[in-house]
Amino acid sequence: MADLRQFCTFFLDDRFFGVDVEKVQEVIRYQVITPVPLAPPVVRGLINLRGQIVTAIDLRRLLQVEERQDGRLPINIVFQTWQGIFSLLVDRIGDVLEVDQSIFERPPDTLEGIARELIQGTYKLQGRLLLLLNVEKLFSLAILNRQRRAASH
Amino acid sequence: MDEIIKEFLTESLEGLDQLDTKFVALEQNPNDRDTLASIFRTVHTIKGTCGFLGFGHLEKLTHAGENLLSLLRDGRLRFTQDMASALLAMLDAVRTMLVEVERTEGDGEEGYTGLIETLHYLKESGGVSPTPPAPAPPAESEPAAPPTPASLPESKPAAPPAAISLPPGPAPEPFLTILATLSEPAPKSTPPPKPAPAPPERPAAPPAPPSAGSSTIADSSIRVDVPLLDKLMNLVGELVLARNQILEYTLLQENPQLQAASQRLNLITSELQEGIMRTRMQPINNIWAKFPRVVRDLAVSCGKQVRVDMEGKETELDKSLIEAMKDPLTHLVRNAVDHGVELPAVRRSAGKPEEGCLLMRAYHEGGQVHIEISDDGAGINPVKLRNKALEKGLITLERAAAMSDQDLRRLIFLAGFSTAEKITNISGRGVGMDVVKTNIEKIGGVIDLESELGRGSIFKIRIPLTLAIVPALIITSGGERFAIPQVNLLELIRINEEQRGAAIEYVHSNPVYRLRGKLLPIVHLNRELELTPGRSNAVNIVVLQAGQHQFGLVVDQINDTQEIVVKPLDKVLQDVPVFAGATIMGDGRVALILDVLGIAQQARILNSSHDHNVGAQQLETRDQDGERQTLLLVRSPGNGRLAIPLAPVSRLEEFPADQVESAGEVDVIQYRGQILPLIRLQDILGERRTLDRLAHAEPDVPASNLLEVIVFGDGARRVGLAVDEIIDIVQGIFEIKGRSTRHSVAGTLVIQGRVTELFDVQGFLSQVEPLLAMAEEA
Repeated sequence: MADLRQFCTFFLDDRFFGVDVEKVQEVIRYQVITPVPLAPPVVRGLINLRGQIVTAIDLRRLLQVEERQDGRLPINIVFQTWQGIFSLLVDRIGDVLEVDQSIFERPPDTLEGIARELIQGTYKLQGRLLLLLNVEKLFSLAILNRQRRAASH
Repeated sequence: MDEIIKEFLTESLEGLDQLDTKFVALEQNPNDRDTLASIFRTVHTIKGTCGFLGFGHLEKLTHAGENLLSLLRDGRLRFTQDMASALLAMLDAVRTMLVEVERTEGDGEEGYTGLIETLHYLKESGGVSPTPPAPAPPAESEPAAPPTPASLPESKPAAPPAAISLPPGPAPEPFLTILATLSEPAPKSTPPPKPAPAPPERPAAPPAPPSAGSSTIADSSIRVDVPLLDKLMNLVGELVLARNQILEYTLLQENPQLQAASQRLNLITSELQEGIMRTRMQPINNIWAKFPRVVRDLAVSCGKQVRVDMEGKETELDKSLIEAMKDPLTHLVRNAVDHGVELPAVRRSAGKPEEGCLLMRAYHEGGQVHIEISDDGAGINPVKLRNKALEKGLITLERAAAMSDQDLRRLIFLAGFSTAEKITNISGRGVGMDVVKTNIEKIGGVIDLESELGRGSIFKIRIPLTLAIVPALIITSGGERFAIPQVNLLELIRINEEQRGAAIEYVHSNPVYRLRGKLLPIVHLNRELELTPGRSNAVNIVVLQAGQHQFGLVVDQINDTQEIVVKPLDKVLQDVPVFAGATIMGDGRVALILDVLGIAQQARILNSSHDHNVGAQQLETRDQDGERQTLLLVRSPGNGRLAIPLAPVSRLEEFPADQVESAGEVDVIQYRGQILPLIRLQDILGERRTLDRLAHAEPDVPASNLLEVIVFGDGARRVGLAVDEIIDIVQGIFEIKGRSTRHSVAGTLVIQGRVTELFDVQGFLSQVEPLLAMAEEA
């Protein structure tokens, strides 16, 4: 029997990412974001999720990918994590994929910096690579605050 | 009735009701240790609490029952019929006493000695057999051992205990019968249950009128989970938001029915909100109740005599706030006894009664809860505090010199401060007043103190009624909306476009606004939050109170006031000190709630290293007694110091040195479309032939190419005094120590430990009068 896992997938430009589907609470279209002055830059702001205030994290800024060029609005992927509820802002949402563990490989040694900490590995799909993100780590204070320090220098 | 007793009653009566059920279960399965253990726990709890509350009879009885139960629970005794009877009789007796407690706040005269002996006997004898003889003796003994020692045999009625004397009789059946009888309160007061051979001295019915009707505590209150209340509170919060949204949309509609309905919704929501909030309210006595004891113990251990007086025990506040206030209040009370109240001998010699008095007051005012803890002790010695602070390097000598007594007393709230001469095990355990202050500020409160040497001290605390829903002012800055809790709000100032240029002045590059003669430090929200300023024609100043300090927050726009629901921010944002939380606005968007203290800190209004004289204190130009003055300290030629009374000063300005032109023999500068005559300080001060002066014979040239100019007068009659450097602004009562030695100097003072000349403003103005006239003509 193949060891299958389900991933919620999404894109930043054509970078293809996946997260454990279990962690995803829901995917919602763009919501008006209230920016939080003086916050770490990865925090885009706050959104109102049916009366609950959710912190929105910009994945581009987190992975130090340049800002989006096409001027379109991001999508919220809402995560339920140990650290609480977060929304991750991504460009576009993909399908839920069922992937066999056998095509998993650890990230190459050339991967550096924050990306190395957040990308657990890749699934070698046909024609493209699916990058697996470590959700719990992504929303940890250490990671979010690191960006603040980096920004203040 | 006392809240604690009420709680005890509710809890105990509930426990008893459960016990009835449990005894039934036990009857079916006598060896069920779990049930036994749970019965034991209930009885144990009641015993513990009534011991604490001083219900001796109740305690003795439950204690006897507990002893028996503990052996049963441990399996060292077998549960027998007699035991069941005795224990059930005990339950009834307890009920009777509780009713008595509810009625009179005492547990009655009845001692239930017989019952206690029965229980004791059962325990000792191991409740051997269900055979009649065994329990008989104690039953017999009952009449012989009357309830209260004071009155012999026929004295007190022993209604309920009667039950225990019933002969164990025919096996299992009576158990249920008894249970049925006993579980009804009514029979207790009336003749004993039929199976019981009535003890002879039965006659008088017990005084307790436990008529089942009327609303006893058990009936009129229920216990509710706090999490459930929290949830309700949240839901009401949501409802308030939805209501706000609907009200907003309704305003745009013309439909009168819709408007009527939404008005009604508005009212109901408000009432519901208030109701739910009230469910979470608890009297402050819940934490105060333990203080008399705390104070007593503490006083005894310090060899002091302290009486505690309380006013406004019933003042209610939100449960979460009660919890949060527990530690700060305990600390203040301990401090007052430990450091405040003096030893009896000291008090006597000071002409005070030996017994000190600790007064705790609580009351509602202006939507806030005020709590005051005062003592009539030694008071707080500002000099001692100053020395301590200097010794610990918490303040500089200069700063200390400029501080008023009240400011010095407030040093007690600085971190790392403890003035107890010897460290006692009572206070001085590393948790200082700074922690008290922080904890109070955390819940949106403020603390201040007043003290008079030899007369005592008073700590005043203000905290909000509730934290969940607060009235707030909504403002816009940098295109975003922010909420400012109204608790912090003092007033709003709007300055029209025409006046805006003149409204904000600068004290050494720190913006200030003149508010009724006082200089109010100004903070620009856009600047603090690094926002792009929005377009705004007028200057809007929100005057805020942050701790003891006031400041004006300049915002782009002032919108309206609203009730907002405070929601916490995620941890990652809690490092940003300027926000207290977030809320959802009527249009569904999120708005941040400003933390006024945080902003004050960020803007260094509260920062002690900051030039505190500008920011931190109210710069009163003239106090009521006329003695307090605010002085501008400037460097005078020859590196001396000159103090200029701030009152007649209209503005402080900085000009590039190259803007100075000359008109005739006078330097002038173009200022607000007029010509401002400029006098240099060194020109106006009379020559003083000292060695020092000779040594610095060359004229003082401004080090920078900026001129600091003090502007006197207004309108066209202005004159500028150019000085090299503005050093500071100080406030206090200054006494002229020396006579004037030269022109334009009224005398000498000592400020911040340095000899300082006092500028003679009147002399100066009259001297330059011709120049003023000139400017007028020009």
